[in-house]
Amino acid sequence: MTDHKTFTLEVLRYNPESDDVPHVQSFTVPYEEDWVVLDALNWVKDNVDGSLTYRWSCHMAVCGSCGIMVNNEPVLSCKAFLRDYLAGGNTKITVGALKNFPIEKDLVIVMDSFMEKLEAVKPWIIRTSERPVEDGTFTQLPKQLMRFKRHTMCINCLLCYAACPQVGLNPGFIGPAALALAHRYNLDSRDQGKELRKDVTASHDGVWECTFVSACSEVCPKDVEPAGAIQEQKIESSIDWALDHLMPGRKSR
Amino acid sequence: MSRKPYVPTLPNTWWLEKPLYIRYMLRELTSFFVGAYVAILIVGLWHLSQGPEAWGGFMSALSHPLAVVFHVIALAFSVYHTVTWFALTPRTTPIMRGDQFVPAAPIIGAQYVIWAVASIVVLVAVLW
Repeated sequence: MTDHKTFTLEVLRYNPESDDVPHVQSFTVPYEEDWVVLDALNWVKDNVDGSLTYRWSCHMAVCGSCGIMVNNEPVLSCKAFLRDYLAGGNTKITVGALKNFPIEKDLVIVMDSFMEKLEAVKPWIIRTSERPVEDGTFTQLPKQLMRFKRHTMCINCLLCYAACPQVGLNPGFIGPAALALAHRYNLDSRDQGKELRKDVTASHDGVWECTFVSACSEVCPKDVEPAGAIQEQKIESSIDWALDHLMPGRKSR
Repeated sequence: MSRKPYVPTLPNTWWLEKPLYIRYMLRELTSFFVGAYVAILIVGLWHLSQGPEAWGGFMSALSHPLAVVFHVIALAFSVYHTVTWFALTPRTTPIMRGDQFVPAAPIIGAQYVIWAVASIVVLVAVLW
Protein backbone atom coordinates (compact mmCIF):
# COMPACT_ATOMS: atom_id res chain seq x y z
CA MET A 1 0.00 0.00 0.00
CA THR A 2 0.97 3.63 0.00
CA ASP A 3 3.80 4.56 2.35
CA HIS A 4 3.64 8.36 2.11
CA LYS A 5 4.71 10.33 5.13
CA THR A 6 3.47 13.54 3.55
CA PHE A 7 1.84 14.61 0.30
CA THR A 8 1.26 17.86 -1.60
CA LEU A 9 -2.19 19.42 -1.41
CA GLU A 10 -2.67 21.98 -4.18
CA VAL A 11 -5.53 24.31 -3.32
CA LEU A 12 -7.15 26.74 -5.76
CA ARG A 13 -7.46 29.86 -3.62
CA TYR A 14 -9.35 33.10 -4.15
CA ASN A 15 -9.47 36.02 -1.77
CA PRO A 16 -12.06 38.60 -2.94
CA GLU A 17 -10.28 41.32 -0.93
CA SER A 18 -6.94 40.97 -2.73
CA ASP A 19 -7.36 38.76 -5.82
CA ASP A 20 -8.93 39.25 -9.24
CA VAL A 21 -8.49 35.62 -10.28
CA PRO A 22 -7.96 32.40 -8.31
CA HIS A 23 -4.42 31.06 -7.86
CA VAL A 24 -2.90 27.76 -6.75
CA GLN A 25 -1.25 27.39 -3.34
CA SER A 26 0.59 24.22 -2.31
CA PHE A 27 0.68 22.76 1.18
CA THR A 28 2.71 19.83 2.49
CA VAL A 29 0.30 17.75 4.54
CA PRO A 30 0.90 14.62 6.66
CA TYR A 31 -0.60 11.45 5.25
CA GLU A 32 -2.86 9.25 7.37
CA GLU A 33 -4.40 6.17 5.86
CA ASP A 34 -7.87 6.81 7.27
CA TRP A 35 -7.95 10.49 6.32
CA VAL A 36 -10.24 12.00 3.72
CA VAL A 37 -9.51 15.21 1.80
CA LEU A 38 -11.63 17.14 4.30
CA ASP A 39 -9.28 15.99 7.11
CA ALA A 40 -6.33 17.33 5.11
CA LEU A 41 -8.08 20.69 4.65
CA ASN A 42 -8.83 20.80 8.39
CA TRP A 43 -5.16 20.05 9.14
CA VAL A 44 -4.05 22.95 6.92
CA LYS A 45 -6.57 25.31 8.54
CA ASP A 46 -5.55 24.26 12.08
CA ASN A 47 -1.77 24.17 11.54
CA VAL A 48 -0.71 26.29 8.57
CA ASP A 49 -3.23 28.84 7.32
CA GLY A 50 -6.35 29.70 9.33
CA SER A 51 -7.69 31.78 6.46
CA LEU A 52 -8.33 28.72 4.26
CA THR A 53 -12.09 28.84 3.68
CA TYR A 54 -14.39 25.90 2.89
CA ARG A 55 -17.78 24.56 3.94
CA TRP A 56 -18.33 21.38 5.91
CA SER A 57 -20.49 20.08 8.70
CA CYS A 58 -21.29 16.41 9.27
CA HIS A 59 -18.17 14.60 7.97
CA MET A 60 -20.39 11.62 7.06
CA ALA A 61 -21.86 12.30 3.60
CA VAL A 62 -25.22 13.43 4.92
CA CYS A 63 -25.22 17.23 5.09
CA GLY A 64 -24.09 17.94 1.52
CA SER A 65 -21.93 20.93 2.53
CA CYS A 66 -18.41 19.83 1.63
CA GLY A 67 -18.63 19.32 -2.14
CA ILE A 68 -15.45 20.43 -3.95
CA MET A 69 -13.45 19.51 -7.03
CA VAL A 70 -10.75 16.93 -6.20
CA ASN A 71 -8.43 16.24 -9.14
CA ASN A 72 -11.06 17.99 -11.29
CA GLU A 73 -13.88 15.64 -10.24
CA PRO A 74 -16.78 16.91 -8.12
CA VAL A 75 -16.85 14.90 -4.87
CA LEU A 76 -17.84 15.20 -1.22
CA SER A 77 -14.47 15.92 0.44
CA CYS A 78 -15.61 13.87 3.48
CA LYS A 79 -15.99 10.81 1.26
CA ALA A 80 -12.76 11.26 -0.75
CA PHE A 81 -10.11 9.06 0.90
CA LEU A 82 -6.50 10.23 0.47
CA ARG A 83 -5.38 6.63 -0.07
CA ASP A 84 -7.49 6.37 -3.22
CA TYR A 85 -5.81 9.44 -4.75
CA LEU A 86 -2.26 8.67 -3.61
CA ALA A 87 -2.16 5.06 -4.81
CA GLY A 88 0.37 4.13 -7.49
CA GLY A 89 3.09 6.60 -6.45
CA ASN A 90 1.02 9.79 -6.77
CA THR A 91 2.10 12.41 -4.25
CA LYS A 92 -0.23 15.28 -5.18
CA ILE A 93 -3.92 16.04 -4.82
CA THR A 94 -5.49 19.17 -6.32
CA VAL A 95 -8.63 20.73 -4.89
CA GLY A 96 -10.77 23.66 -6.00
CA ALA A 97 -14.22 25.15 -5.65
CA LEU A 98 -17.11 23.36 -7.40
CA LYS A 99 -17.26 24.19 -11.10
CA ASN A 100 -20.04 26.19 -12.74
CA PHE A 101 -20.61 28.40 -9.69
CA PRO A 102 -19.22 31.83 -8.75
CA ILE A 103 -16.49 31.53 -6.10
CA GLU A 104 -17.17 33.50 -2.91
CA LYS A 105 -13.78 32.69 -1.34
CA ASP A 106 -11.34 29.77 -1.74
CA LEU A 107 -13.52 26.61 -1.86
CA VAL A 108 -16.79 28.34 -0.99
CA ILE A 109 -19.21 28.83 -3.89
CA VAL A 110 -22.15 31.21 -4.26
CA MET A 111 -25.21 28.95 -4.37
CA ASP A 112 -27.95 31.61 -4.44
CA SER A 113 -28.93 30.67 -8.01
CA PHE A 114 -29.52 27.06 -6.96
CA MET A 115 -31.70 28.09 -4.03
CA GLU A 116 -33.90 30.10 -6.42
CA LYS A 117 -34.13 27.18 -8.87
CA LEU A 118 -34.96 24.75 -6.07
CA GLU A 119 -37.76 26.99 -4.80
CA ALA A 120 -39.07 27.46 -8.36
CA VAL A 121 -39.89 23.74 -8.76
CA LYS A 122 -41.97 23.73 -5.54
CA PRO A 123 -40.28 20.72 -3.89
CA TRP A 124 -43.02 19.95 -1.42
CA ILE A 125 -46.32 18.05 -1.49
CA ILE A 126 -49.00 20.21 -3.09
CA ARG A 127 -52.69 19.38 -2.59
CA THR A 128 -55.31 20.99 -4.76
CA SER A 129 -58.06 19.24 -2.79
CA GLU A 130 -57.82 19.13 0.98
CA ARG A 131 -58.47 15.84 2.73
CA PRO A 132 -60.56 15.99 5.92
CA VAL A 133 -58.80 14.78 9.06
CA GLU A 134 -61.55 12.22 9.72
CA ASP A 135 -60.59 10.48 6.46
CA GLY A 136 -57.38 9.39 8.17
CA THR A 137 -53.80 9.33 6.99
CA PHE A 138 -52.58 8.98 3.43
CA THR A 139 -51.57 5.42 2.72
CA GLN A 140 -48.90 4.51 0.21
CA LEU A 141 -48.04 1.08 -1.17
CA PRO A 142 -44.39 -0.07 -1.12
CA LYS A 143 -44.28 0.10 -4.93
CA GLN A 144 -45.63 3.66 -4.88
CA LEU A 145 -42.85 4.63 -2.48
CA MET A 146 -40.21 2.72 -4.46
CA ARG A 147 -41.19 4.63 -7.63
CA PHE A 148 -39.71 7.90 -6.29
CA LYS A 149 -37.65 6.91 -3.23
CA ARG A 150 -34.20 7.20 -4.82
CA HIS A 151 -34.89 10.82 -5.77
CA THR A 152 -35.63 11.64 -2.12
CA MET A 153 -32.01 10.86 -1.21
CA CYS A 154 -30.75 14.19 -2.65
CA ILE A 155 -28.72 16.23 -0.14
CA ASN A 156 -28.39 19.34 -2.37
CA CYS A 157 -24.60 18.97 -2.45
CA LEU A 158 -24.49 20.40 -6.00
CA LEU A 159 -21.93 17.90 -7.33
CA CYS A 160 -24.35 17.30 -10.24
CA TYR A 161 -24.33 21.01 -11.13
CA ALA A 162 -20.52 21.01 -11.14
CA ALA A 163 -20.48 17.93 -13.40
CA CYS A 164 -23.10 19.20 -15.88
CA PRO A 165 -21.68 21.07 -18.90
CA GLN A 166 -25.15 22.42 -19.71
CA VAL A 167 -25.20 24.21 -16.34
CA GLY A 168 -21.83 25.74 -17.24
CA LEU A 169 -22.98 26.78 -20.72
CA ASN A 170 -26.48 28.01 -19.71
CA PRO A 171 -26.53 29.43 -16.17
CA GLY A 172 -30.35 29.69 -16.35
CA PHE A 173 -30.80 25.91 -16.64
CA ILE A 174 -32.87 24.68 -13.68
CA GLY A 175 -30.38 21.83 -13.41
CA PRO A 176 -30.19 18.18 -12.31
CA ALA A 177 -30.95 18.23 -8.57
CA ALA A 178 -33.91 20.64 -8.74
CA LEU A 179 -35.47 18.76 -11.69
CA ALA A 180 -34.95 15.39 -9.95
CA LEU A 181 -36.71 16.76 -6.86
CA ALA A 182 -39.56 18.11 -9.00
CA HIS A 183 -39.90 14.61 -10.45
CA ARG A 184 -39.78 13.10 -6.96
CA TYR A 185 -42.88 15.09 -5.94
CA ASN A 186 -44.63 14.58 -9.31
CA LEU A 187 -44.28 10.81 -8.78
CA ASP A 188 -45.55 10.92 -5.18
CA SER A 189 -49.05 9.43 -5.00
CA ARG A 190 -50.02 12.04 -2.37
CA ASP A 191 -49.06 14.99 -4.57
CA GLN A 192 -51.35 16.96 -6.91
CA GLY A 193 -48.91 19.70 -7.96
CA LYS A 194 -47.58 18.34 -11.24
CA GLU A 195 -49.44 20.86 -13.40
CA LEU A 196 -48.10 23.75 -11.30
CA ARG A 197 -44.50 22.53 -11.59
CA LYS A 198 -44.76 22.14 -15.38
CA ASP A 199 -44.56 25.92 -15.81
CA VAL A 200 -40.92 25.60 -14.75
CA THR A 201 -39.93 22.00 -15.49
CA ALA A 202 -41.31 21.93 -19.06
CA SER A 203 -40.07 25.44 -19.89
CA HIS A 204 -37.05 26.24 -22.05
CA ASP A 205 -34.80 26.42 -18.98
CA GLY A 206 -36.31 23.20 -17.65
CA VAL A 207 -35.86 19.64 -18.86
CA TRP A 208 -35.34 20.69 -22.51
CA GLU A 209 -32.05 22.36 -21.68
CA CYS A 210 -30.68 18.92 -20.77
CA THR A 211 -28.83 17.01 -23.51
CA PHE A 212 -28.46 13.76 -21.53
CA VAL A 213 -24.73 13.93 -20.84
CA SER A 214 -25.54 11.82 -17.73
CA ALA A 215 -22.59 13.20 -15.76
CA CYS A 216 -25.04 14.22 -12.98
CA SER A 217 -26.05 10.63 -12.24
CA GLU A 218 -22.44 9.45 -12.47
CA VAL A 219 -21.17 11.83 -9.77
CA CYS A 220 -24.16 11.68 -7.39
CA PRO A 221 -22.91 10.49 -3.97
CA LYS A 222 -26.40 9.37 -2.94
CA ASP A 223 -27.36 7.38 -6.07
CA VAL A 224 -30.09 9.76 -7.09
CA GLU A 225 -30.83 9.47 -10.81
CA PRO A 226 -31.23 13.07 -12.06
CA ALA A 227 -30.46 12.17 -15.70
CA GLY A 228 -33.21 9.56 -15.72
CA ALA A 229 -35.65 11.83 -13.89
CA ILE A 230 -35.15 14.53 -16.52
CA GLN A 231 -35.57 12.14 -19.48
CA GLU A 232 -38.79 10.77 -17.95
CA GLN A 233 -40.11 14.33 -17.71
CA LYS A 234 -39.13 14.99 -21.34
CA ILE A 235 -41.21 11.98 -22.40
CA GLU A 236 -44.19 13.22 -20.34
CA SER A 237 -43.81 16.72 -21.73
CA SER A 238 -43.71 15.38 -25.31
CA ILE A 239 -46.86 13.31 -24.75
CA ASP A 240 -48.56 16.41 -23.31
CA TRP A 241 -47.56 18.43 -26.36
CA ALA A 242 -48.82 15.75 -28.76
CA LEU A 243 -52.14 15.32 -26.92
CA ASP A 244 -52.67 19.10 -26.87
CA HIS A 245 -52.38 19.14 -30.65
CA LEU A 246 -54.41 15.98 -31.28
CA MET A 247 -57.28 16.65 -28.88
CA PRO A 248 -59.01 20.01 -29.31
CA GLY A 249 -60.12 21.43 -26.00
CA ARG A 250 -57.53 19.55 -23.96
CA LYS A 251 -55.88 22.11 -21.79
CA SER A 252 -52.49 21.17 -20.53
CA ARG A 253 -50.38 23.89 -18.99
CA MET B 1 -17.62 44.38 3.48
CA SER B 2 -18.86 44.14 -0.08
CA ARG B 3 -18.82 40.84 -1.91
CA LYS B 4 -16.73 40.21 -5.02
CA PRO B 5 -17.35 36.65 -6.23
CA TYR B 6 -15.15 35.34 -9.02
CA VAL B 7 -17.32 34.17 -11.92
CA PRO B 8 -15.63 31.41 -13.94
CA THR B 9 -16.44 30.72 -17.60
CA LEU B 10 -16.55 27.30 -19.22
CA PRO B 11 -13.86 27.06 -21.93
CA ASN B 12 -14.89 25.77 -25.38
CA THR B 13 -12.59 22.81 -24.79
CA TRP B 14 -14.64 21.60 -21.77
CA TRP B 15 -15.56 18.39 -23.60
CA LEU B 16 -11.91 17.35 -23.89
CA GLU B 17 -11.48 17.34 -20.11
CA LYS B 18 -12.98 13.94 -19.31
CA PRO B 19 -13.49 10.64 -21.18
CA LEU B 20 -17.21 10.80 -20.26
CA TYR B 21 -17.58 14.17 -22.02
CA ILE B 22 -15.66 12.93 -25.09
CA ARG B 23 -17.91 9.85 -25.33
CA TYR B 24 -20.93 12.15 -25.04
CA MET B 25 -19.70 14.42 -27.83
CA LEU B 26 -18.99 11.39 -30.04
CA ARG B 27 -22.56 10.22 -29.41
CA GLU B 28 -23.84 13.67 -30.42
CA LEU B 29 -21.67 13.53 -33.57
CA THR B 30 -23.28 10.22 -34.60
CA SER B 31 -26.47 12.16 -35.41
CA PHE B 32 -24.68 13.75 -38.40
CA PHE B 33 -23.78 10.37 -39.91
CA VAL B 34 -27.18 8.85 -39.18
CA GLY B 35 -28.85 11.92 -40.75
CA ALA B 36 -26.54 11.91 -43.79
CA TYR B 37 -27.20 8.20 -44.35
CA VAL B 38 -30.96 8.75 -44.22
CA ALA B 39 -30.62 11.65 -46.69
CA ILE B 40 -28.70 9.41 -49.13
CA LEU B 41 -31.38 6.74 -48.72
CA ILE B 42 -34.12 9.25 -49.58
CA VAL B 43 -32.16 10.44 -52.64
CA GLY B 44 -31.86 6.76 -53.67
CA LEU B 45 -35.63 6.26 -53.34
CA TRP B 46 -36.21 9.32 -55.49
CA HIS B 47 -33.86 7.91 -58.17
CA LEU B 48 -35.71 4.61 -57.99
CA SER B 49 -38.96 6.41 -58.81
CA GLN B 50 -37.31 8.00 -61.90
CA GLY B 51 -36.78 4.71 -63.69
CA PRO B 52 -34.03 2.08 -64.23
CA GLU B 53 -31.52 4.52 -65.77
CA ALA B 54 -31.61 6.94 -62.82
CA TRP B 55 -31.41 4.02 -60.37
CA GLY B 56 -28.39 2.60 -62.21
CA GLY B 57 -26.65 5.97 -62.04
CA PHE B 58 -27.35 6.19 -58.31
CA MET B 59 -25.97 2.66 -57.75
CA SER B 60 -22.78 3.39 -59.67
CA ALA B 61 -22.30 6.60 -57.65
CA LEU B 62 -22.57 4.49 -54.46
CA SER B 63 -19.74 2.24 -55.61
CA HIS B 64 -17.35 5.21 -55.77
CA PRO B 65 -14.52 4.67 -53.22
CA LEU B 66 -15.46 7.85 -51.32
CA ALA B 67 -19.06 6.64 -51.01
CA VAL B 68 -17.83 3.29 -49.70
CA VAL B 69 -15.54 4.99 -47.17
CA PHE B 70 -18.44 7.20 -46.01
CA HIS B 71 -20.71 4.19 -45.56
CA VAL B 72 -18.11 2.31 -43.52
CA ILE B 73 -17.66 5.34 -41.24
CA ALA B 74 -21.45 5.86 -41.07
CA LEU B 75 -21.90 2.20 -40.10
CA ALA B 76 -19.35 2.54 -37.28
CA PHE B 77 -21.05 5.68 -35.94
CA SER B 78 -24.51 4.10 -36.29
CA VAL B 79 -23.40 1.11 -34.24
CA TYR B 80 -21.93 3.47 -31.60
CA HIS B 81 -25.18 5.48 -31.66
CA THR B 82 -27.25 2.33 -31.15
CA VAL B 83 -25.10 0.79 -28.44
CA THR B 84 -24.86 4.00 -26.38
CA TRP B 85 -28.60 4.70 -26.59
CA PHE B 86 -29.43 1.10 -25.70
CA ALA B 87 -27.19 1.50 -22.65
CA LEU B 88 -29.08 4.65 -21.58
CA THR B 89 -32.57 3.18 -21.93
CA PRO B 90 -32.83 1.85 -18.33
CA ARG B 91 -32.47 5.51 -17.24
CA THR B 92 -35.14 6.90 -19.56
CA THR B 93 -37.69 4.13 -19.08
CA PRO B 94 -37.43 2.49 -15.67
CA ILE B 95 -39.80 -0.49 -15.50
CA MET B 96 -41.35 -1.67 -12.24
CA ARG B 97 -42.22 -5.27 -11.59
CA GLY B 98 -44.09 -5.74 -8.35
CA ASP B 99 -42.46 -3.54 -5.73
CA GLN B 100 -39.03 -3.37 -7.43
CA PHE B 101 -37.42 -1.87 -10.51
CA VAL B 102 -36.35 -4.27 -13.26
CA PRO B 103 -32.49 -4.28 -13.31
CA ALA B 104 -30.70 -2.59 -16.22
CA ALA B 105 -29.29 -5.73 -17.87
CA PRO B 106 -32.61 -7.30 -19.03
CA ILE B 107 -33.83 -3.93 -20.39
CA ILE B 108 -30.63 -3.45 -22.39
CA GLY B 109 -30.57 -7.11 -23.45
CA ALA B 110 -34.18 -7.02 -24.66
CA GLN B 111 -33.30 -4.26 -27.10
CA TYR B 112 -30.53 -6.38 -28.63
CA VAL B 113 -33.00 -9.26 -28.98
CA ILE B 114 -35.52 -6.97 -30.72
CA TRP B 115 -32.69 -5.61 -32.91
CA ALA B 116 -31.63 -9.13 -33.93
CA VAL B 117 -35.21 -10.26 -34.61
CA ALA B 118 -35.93 -7.12 -36.68
CA SER B 119 -32.71 -7.63 -38.66
CA ILE B 120 -33.61 -11.27 -39.38
CA VAL B 121 -37.13 -10.29 -40.49
CA VAL B 122 -35.73 -7.63 -42.85
CA LEU B 123 -33.09 -10.05 -44.20
CA VAL B 124 -35.69 -12.77 -44.80
CA ALA B 125 -38.03 -10.26 -46.49
CA VAL B 126 -35.23 -9.06 -48.77
CA LEU B 127 -33.90 -12.53 -49.69
CA TRP B 128 -37.30 -14.22 -50.08
